Amino acid sequence: MQVALFIPCYIDQLYPRVGMATLEILERRGCDVVFPSAQTCCGQPMSNTGCASDAKPLAERFLEIFAPYQYVVCPSGSCVSMVRRHYDEFLEGRPGFEELKGKTFELCEFLVDVLKVDSWNGAYPHKVGLHSSCHGLRELGMGKPSERVGPAFNKPQRLLEMLDQIELVKPQRPDECCGFGGTFAVAEEAVSCMMGGDRLRDHLSAGAEVLTAADMSCLMHLQGLAKRKEMPLQIKHIAEILNESEAKS
Amino acid sequence: MKAAQHPEEAAKFVANDARAHWHDQALWFVREKRDRMAVSLPEWEELRNTASQIKLHTVSRMADYLEEFERNATKLGAVVHWAKDADEHNQIVLSLLQKIGAKHIVKSKSMLTEECHLNPFLQEHGIEVVDTDLGERIVQLRDEAPSHIVLPAIHIKKEEVSETFHEHLHTEAGNNDPNYLTEAARNHLREKFVAADAGITGVNFAIAETGGLVVCTNEGNADLGVSLPKLHIACLGIEKLVPKAADLSVFLRLLARSATGQPITTYSSHFHGPRPGGELHIILVDNGRSNLMGSSQFRNSLKCIRCGACMNTCPVYRRSGGHSYGTTVPGPIGSILAPSRDSKQHKSLPFACTLCGSCTDVCPVKIDLHHELLEWRGEIRKRGQLPMSKTVPMKLTSWMMQSPWLFRFVGAVGRWFLRHLPRWAIYHGLNPWGKQREMPEAPKQSFRELYQIHESKKASDE
Ligand code: SF4
Repeated sequence: MQVALFIPCYIDQLYPRVGMATLEILERRGCDVVFPSAQTCCGQPMSNTGCASDAKPLAERFLEIFAPYQYVVCPSGSCVSMVRRHYDEFLEGRPGFEELKGKTFELCEFLVDVLKVDSWNGAYPHKVGLHSSCHGLRELGMGKPSERVGPAFNKPQRLLEMLDQIELVKPQRPDECCGFGGTFAVAEEAVSCMMGGDRLRDHLSAGAEVLTAADMSCLMHLQGLAKRKEMPLQIKHIAEILNESEAKS
Repeated sequence: MKAAQHPEEAAKFVANDARAHWHDQALWFVREKRDRMAVSLPEWEELRNTASQIKLHTVSRMADYLEEFERNATKLGAVVHWAKDADEHNQIVLSLLQKIGAKHIVKSKSMLTEECHLNPFLQEHGIEVVDTDLGERIVQLRDEAPSHIVLPAIHIKKEEVSETFHEHLHTEAGNNDPNYLTEAARNHLREKFVAADAGITGVNFAIAETGGLVVCTNEGNADLGVSLPKLHIACLGIEKLVPKAADLSVFLRLLARSATGQPITTYSSHFHGPRPGGELHIILVDNGRSNLMGSSQFRNSLKCIRCGACMNTCPVYRRSGGHSYGTTVPGPIGSILAPSRDSKQHKSLPFACTLCGSCTDVCPVKIDLHHELLEWRGEIRKRGQLPMSKTVPMKLTSWMMQSPWLFRFVGAVGRWFLRHLPRWAIYHGLNPWGKQREMPEAPKQSFRELYQIHESKKASDE
């Protein structure tokens, strides 16, 4: 199975270990993984700020770069939701676009839905809080949001639950937004930081030692706050936890 | 008027940490009650679908249903008026009141009359207007605007209510007992009801098929307000229309559950024509609504039944308070409706949102609120109302990202700076990120560099 890695720009530059963890997880499952080096950014920052015309050339490049591959996998629900939910406005009707949407996956989704992973050979003896990032949760439907009525499910949580000795803690507000929101984090600094602080405290009082999510952007914001406040909380992308536990065993 | 900017107003609210947290908790409490009520109906998501479809259908045939409503309401003996904007609405109300020489009016909660600024208008013409919903009365006595469409005084603590009542209603100073305060308000309002020359109400649902009106309250104040005086004026935004009486079974179940977590409002009062010997005047108000009808991007927002659930769930609203929006309807739906009236003044509102999407999932009529907010951002950019501080960086970033080598180069330089610059050069007034947050640690190598090493190792292993 051929997989093209889609590594968001900020993960490439600031969190390369998250990209490496993704790569190792997929390779260990026998995927033939490549990283098309012409990729840069999916255009979400521009699109979210209302600057669609600045996002368009990036969407076009994205299609060109990733169209040739069987699957596209990315360790960020938010960037995948950009492709799947927001590229229509730029690429509707272009050859290969419908296929691109259908074959682009967030990492946890890919593991659960495509590779049908149902057990994980690894242990993670820590108390872990899972932050359900909004775009993955609501745009990609990786779990049931707390406002909706229906059977509960959550794909990242399902993966974590496969690890031995892990203890998942339950925050009071299951899927409250962390307050990152892209440029919101800067434009509405006060509200953004209050939201992030509340999120951290909720997980801490539930007993979390490690806080994880399927989106590094939320974690970047939360980590910045936790570090400044010197909170006793490690912050890790879910790919790192999955990879570490498996590599150790 | 200076354009209200959400970030500054929100920062002021957040600065009082205890108060902002208290506000957040109070609304979260309502949201949780709503959750419990929603799951008690296994058919909840079907109800939402049905409600959404009924509303979309109504909007698509609005003109027909409005005429049908007018015919049937007239048959029942009501007089129907049409107002294209707030001014016309206010003039109609005034002339109706002047015709009977009315001086004292009781009004039940109506966001439409707030939207039209009816109270100050009538007061200028020497007419006393008393809001009879308890929360509304509290904000009215304090000379404030409501901060929420269902819970207008949610931003006020009971100690503050006690002070307000002490000042205006001469209650005991320092008595914060909610029962005592409610009793005092009730007695005060009773006098107003008895003395009223006319009653004004809002409308929650107008039924085309019957010409009837439904007003939902928890205090019964709408009934009281229109039972004593002879004249009842009902002010109705045209989006409040539903085709059939049977549709109420869907909306009444959704409305109260979404709004306050009650199975149904305490009073759902139905008005079919004037009471014997009385007069019922219905004012159908457009005030910008038909513009929305014609817009494929924002038409969905006309489905709104004003339950307020999107405010209770919105993490930004909960922490920044309703007044920070500077509009009659705040929160997610307000941030869509306000720019459709005046996008220049309200340009900051579509950005007062992380696009988390909780509002979309909570909305009983399935308005895709966060997608409409995103649409608004694009619209504001197109109208040239986005500040350069946003457009220029986005242009530059796009330009850089179109060239992989430039991206690599800028990234490497940026990381080097982040590692080597002294703290003061990174954390200063021009870096809002660093005010309360640390910057990420910059690694020596980017992912693409590590990947290359990984690949060459793989090649040499083979
Ligand atoms: S947009 Fe939806 S949730 Fe918000 S007030 Fe209207 S009906 Fe309620």
